[in-house]
Amino acid sequence: VHCHTADQYTLKTELYEMCWNLRDGLRDCLVAAAPYGGPIALLREPHRRSPSSRPQLEIYSASGNSLASFPWKSGPVVQLGWTVNDELLCIQEDGTVLIYDLFGSFKRHFSMGQEVVQSQVLEAKVFHSPYGTGVAIVTGSSRFTLATNIDDLKLRRLPEVPGLQGAPSCWAVLTQDRQTKVLLANGADLFILDNTSCTAVSPPGLSPQVSSIVHMSVSFSYKYLALFTDTGHLWTGSAHLQDKLSEVDTKIRNPPKQMVWCRRPKSQQPSVVLMWDRLLLVAGVCNDIIQFPVEEQCVCVGELDGVRVVSSSRQELLQEVPLVCQEIFKIASMAPGALLLEAHREYEKCSQKADEYLREIKEQSMLGEAVRQCVEAAGHEYDIQTQKTLLRAASFGKCFLTDFSPDSFVATCRELRVLNAVREAGVGLPLTHSQFKQMTVQVLIDRLVYRQFYPLAIEICRYLKTPDYQGVSRVLKHWASCKVQQKDLSDEAIARAVCLKVGDSAGVSYSHIAAKAYECGRTELAIKLLDYEARSGEQVPLLLKMKRSQLALSKAVESGDTDLVYTVVTYLKNEMNRGDFFMTLRNQPVALSLYRQFCKLQEQDTLKDLYNQDDDHQELANYYVTASYREKRLESRLSVLQSAVDEYNKAKNEFAAKATEDEMRLLRFQRKLDDEKGAGLLGLSLQATMEALLALGLHKQAEQLYRDFRVPDKRYWWLKLKSLAEKEEWEELEKFSKSKKSPIGYLPFVEVCMKRHNKHEAKKYVSKVPPEQKVKAHLAVGDLEGAADAAIERRSEAEMGRCLLVAPPPTGC
Amino acid sequence: MSERDSPELPDFSVLKRLARDQLIYLLEQLPGKKDLFIEADLMSPLDRIANVSTLKQHEVDKLYKVEYKPVVSTSDQLCFLIRPRIQTVKWVCDVVNADKAAGKFKRYKIIFTPQKFYACETVLEEQGIFGDVSTDEWAFYLLPLDEDIINLELPEFFRDNFLEGDQRWVRTGGSALHLFHSIYGPFSKVYGIGRCSKMVYESWREQVKEGEQKARQAEVGTVFLIDRDVDFVTPLCSQVVYEGLVDDIFRIKCGCVEFGPDVTSSDKSIKVMLNSQDKVFNEIRNEHFSNVFGFLSQKARNLQTAYDKRRGMDIKQMKTFVSEELKGLKQEHRLLSLHIGASESMMKKKTKQDFQELLKTEHSLLEGFEIRECISFIEEHINRQVSMIESLRLLCLLSLTENGESNQFSNNLNSAWPCQSYGVDHLLTFANLKQLGLLVEQQPGETLTVMESKMGKLVNDKTAGKLTDAFSSLAKKSNFRALSRRLSLVPKSDEEYDLRVPRDMAYIFSGAYIPLSCKLIEQVLERDGWTGLEEVTRLLNGHEFAVTGSNGADLRPQSDAQRIILVMFLGGCTFSEISALRFLGRERGYKFIVLTTAITNSARLIEAMLDNHV
Repeated sequence: VHCHTADQYTLKTELYEMCWNLRDGLRDCLVAAAPYGGPIALLREPHRRSPSSRPQLEIYSASGNSLASFPWKSGPVVQLGWTVNDELLCIQEDGTVLIYDLFGSFKRHFSMGQEVVQSQVLEAKVFHSPYGTGVAIVTGSSRFTLATNIDDLKLRRLPEVPGLQGAPSCWAVLTQDRQTKVLLANGADLFILDNTSCTAVSPPGLSPQVSSIVHMSVSFSYKYLALFTDTGHLWTGSAHLQDKLSEVDTKIRNPPKQMVWCRRPKSQQPSVVLMWDRLLLVAGVCNDIIQFPVEEQCVCVGELDGVRVVSSSRQELLQEVPLVCQEIFKIASMAPGALLLEAHREYEKCSQKADEYLREIKEQSMLGEAVRQCVEAAGHEYDIQTQKTLLRAASFGKCFLTDFSPDSFVATCRELRVLNAVREAGVGLPLTHSQFKQMTVQVLIDRLVYRQFYPLAIEICRYLKTPDYQGVSRVLKHWASCKVQQKDLSDEAIARAVCLKVGDSAGVSYSHIAAKAYECGRTELAIKLLDYEARSGEQVPLLLKMKRSQLALSKAVESGDTDLVYTVVTYLKNEMNRGDFFMTLRNQPVALSLYRQFCKLQEQDTLKDLYNQDDDHQELANYYVTASYREKRLESRLSVLQSAVDEYNKAKNEFAAKATEDEMRLLRFQRKLDDEKGAGLLGLSLQATMEALLALGLHKQAEQLYRDFRVPDKRYWWLKLKSLAEKEEWEELEKFSKSKKSPIGYLPFVEVCMKRHNKHEAKKYVSKVPPEQKVKAHLAVGDLEGAADAAIERRSEAEMGRCLLVAPPPTGC
Repeated sequence: MSERDSPELPDFSVLKRLARDQLIYLLEQLPGKKDLFIEADLMSPLDRIANVSTLKQHEVDKLYKVEYKPVVSTSDQLCFLIRPRIQTVKWVCDVVNADKAAGKFKRYKIIFTPQKFYACETVLEEQGIFGDVSTDEWAFYLLPLDEDIINLELPEFFRDNFLEGDQRWVRTGGSALHLFHSIYGPFSKVYGIGRCSKMVYESWREQVKEGEQKARQAEVGTVFLIDRDVDFVTPLCSQVVYEGLVDDIFRIKCGCVEFGPDVTSSDKSIKVMLNSQDKVFNEIRNEHFSNVFGFLSQKARNLQTAYDKRRGMDIKQMKTFVSEELKGLKQEHRLLSLHIGASESMMKKKTKQDFQELLKTEHSLLEGFEIRECISFIEEHINRQVSMIESLRLLCLLSLTENGESNQFSNNLNSAWPCQSYGVDHLLTFANLKQLGLLVEQQPGETLTVMESKMGKLVNDKTAGKLTDAFSSLAKKSNFRALSRRLSLVPKSDEEYDLRVPRDMAYIFSGAYIPLSCKLIEQVLERDGWTGLEEVTRLLNGHEFAVTGSNGADLRPQSDAQRIILVMFLGGCTFSEISALRFLGRERGYKFIVLTTAITNSARLIEAMLDNHV
């Protein structure tokens, strides 16, 4: 119902007949109502303290539907307030802030500082800024403390205010230049408190007779400030205290109970609503005052574009009439929108006057403007009938336009449909169009979800064609998170229900839902839900949190992501005792090899323990062998090698045990010789040792090694042969060749001599070469004739061929 | 099948551009002058991507190689470009802690490539410098070495994955494939064999699912993934194709080889890039070594004729000759003389009696013929202490082809050989070779198979399946002989094999053996899957897969993209295998692109099994 007041500019719309039934009205109540049509919390008789009759905390939707009600068992409450996420803050006298959700379940608490317990909170305010929801308090010792964002709690104690005793006469929180400040009045003195300083300020043009500022109010946008003085004057100006807008004498000396700014963005006519027990007064900047009598106790809620006035029986919206509505509905208005509305009205009556009106608009070529006005006005209208009338008129006008974009018309229709749905008393979100645009669909969906209106939220998402991950999926996620908390349903039933609804909607993470289930102590349900999670990587963190480490490890392995496996392994290492940890790894070969790799480079000792645990003697022995190289001193090296021998024996690897024992024997031998002769053998292999010995001419010792270590004859012969030839000890070589029958034959003798270009020595051995190698031997020493003879003797064509191949071409050719 | 025109290969230079742009972006994240420390084995790959002047343009002041020594840099900003190795990260920690102790405050940044691992961050945390160092990832997965070779340059992939059972590189493989796919895909057919291949495939699929997909014209339509442990025999053989031989003897590093004074016939070494840009090399790289010399001398004669044209030219003709042809001729001349030098040097080494006998032994082993002689050759080889790596290689080849060394032989050898000759630490080398299945003793009876089937019956569910997987490497048998028969890997020896006119891929091993890996690829492509190869895959321990028709990509077999085949070798491949694939491509009208974790050969394979104690 339109209630055009005398000045035509303020509109009072009835939003709801309140559904609640308050016996004592709003008397003796601490009330907090959130902006954007938010919920209302009441704490009855907050000062009652006896355990037999505790104060009652009640939570209602904006339309008065009861959401929760329970007796307040905690300490005395100073202030209630709502966060941007529809959470209720209850600020207690001792500085503790308790947080509840919409349905009255406790979520968490925090404290405004230890010193507050002593000095007590005198007053507190909850405020909103781009950083989130904040809390400000003033204590009994007249100190202010601020928390700008309760979700990222950082307490700031503001500097002392000179001369302030007890609470200030009034104060407000400002957000300016990305800083949160407190503005306070002590008598007639005004101060601004920021992080570091307390500055005295004076509002320009405030009459000097004022002896006290008794009330103040900051606009929704923090741009404007209103001060109420003990002389009954209302001063308004910018919050920066640079300009004055107006000063109005209200002729009422009592301080108002509430004072709230009432303006819409880009408004020309900002006004302030002041409320006393039986009077509501709207004071505009143009010095005019409108009075509304009030029968019951009310609460004013400042909004972006107006003020909601809540009483025990009804709720009304006080608004400055939007310009476009003024133009259309002003009596005898000649605005294009008004004419179009009239034209349409006539058209419906089948009167030809419709044509006249239309012509008039078209003559001024204002039809487009007319349609635009009607569409815009419809958006602002609260009454469905009026919305329809305006939209029909717009639609009618549109028919006569050729290139008018229908976008705004369609969008407004859709948005109004959504707004009308959420304004229903059953839902109780009395949002204006401007508020809706400001808050965005996403936030609206969130709010619906907080209130558990899941089907409506999903319908809205689908209707507005919101992308799934922002819309439907998000709702489903919330729904599922809420569903898992239902205590009366079995795990199976819930898991089934969740799976049925959520299916594999994109963007819904089962691990997230499972995490919620786990938070409510339903581990089994969480595990069931995790099974639906397609990405095994997502399952792991929660499984770890739930201490299902085995499962977490196998999921990590399944994911094929070794980093994830490694994360779990590291976690397990710190969580479990060694034995269990190793056991777990043993069942997961992939994880085990990964961990071994890491240990090889980082934690050698762990590696040993790991093998020990597994009774893996072979690997353990290998480990000791590796470790022996890190030992500098021979004694410790030998003892580590002994451990290797023991382990090899346990592993029944006799060969390796023997080899290691040999190595130890060799090391001792080398040490002895190094000490005696300074041979520098330590660490060489057996072969290299013998080589070195022969090179040093220590034949006897080499011989000893050859026998002690049972070096194969052939190898020793090759070794000695090469060594002697290297040193050109031809006599020694010949003696050696005659020492016994050579196991490697005599061709190698020929070859090594030739390698040193000693044909003479080489020839000595040709005769000893067996017949089948004779040709080769003769050729090696360059004795072509001998080779040919041998080949003929053996009647071997192939060998003959070989002779011919190397034969020089006949001379003279 | 008749020869067909081969399709055009896609352009891989975009990979380099991508990597370079990303590196520059990362360097600019640390504004101002800075010193850059580069991991030694990243030097050459980096050089292919961004040269020093590019780095200097982006305020890199001095360049250092990571040498695990204290740092002398005076810059107040240090940037480390490293592989995600714990050892290197520890060194960085030491550097930072030393600065801290000296009261110096600098900014540090670690760029891990191709990715960072959690373990590295753990080390930073343990050493208490997690907050002092910023870390980044340079997703430099693919280095195009040549027009048909892309390298991941991750030699440790082989040991980590196949020996240590450490799967952290699997995702790297998946990411590399994903990167390739996002530029040259979508793939319509993916074949693979091996456990690691399968995991890489799955990792890649997962990454495809996570990312968005754009419809594109595929440039490469078919992919074949293969684990190195499917075929150990091929890389253990001596290479006799020119490019492989150069790698065996001079070691090609990142597509570049250093020819010593004996090749250049001067007193200094020369570094040469070996790729298709080198006209001379391009013509001989895939040739059997016995043909190379003839080819080179022919080429020399041609060159001489070209030079000789000068005679009898008038001034004008001479001018055009000098400006147009001479430079090319000179360049060719220079390369030709280098390759002739290299061939001579190789000739000297390889035409010796020992080498011929070595090859004969290898061939006998492959054929399973005159094993006794082979064993005594190996024994002598060991006794003469020629080369440990070489001896180990022959032993492994014997074990693989004979399904384990015979008991008597191994006793003979073991008791005498490894520790006496080279020190007790080679016990560990032996343990490693054994673990990998390269060197196993012949089992009396079929104990392992019995255990396998028991395990199989006991466990059927998914997780337990992984358990058996892990054990399967223990129960590994090479089954080479049976595979060789089924796939006819060894051509009949009674026919003369003309190496000038190769008739099959066996030419890369002088006609003695068709590499198993390449034969598998050929068979699967021919059959369009694994049908009919059931027995073969059983002998190879399974893990084969074939996925076709994903992504609704072009499936017409005639289309060019279908005839370009990406072969991904997990654990490295040899140049001989690449040559064999090039031959197969020419024969069948395919073009193969080789994507490998590293270029390997027998020496690198064996060296990866050694345990260093430095």
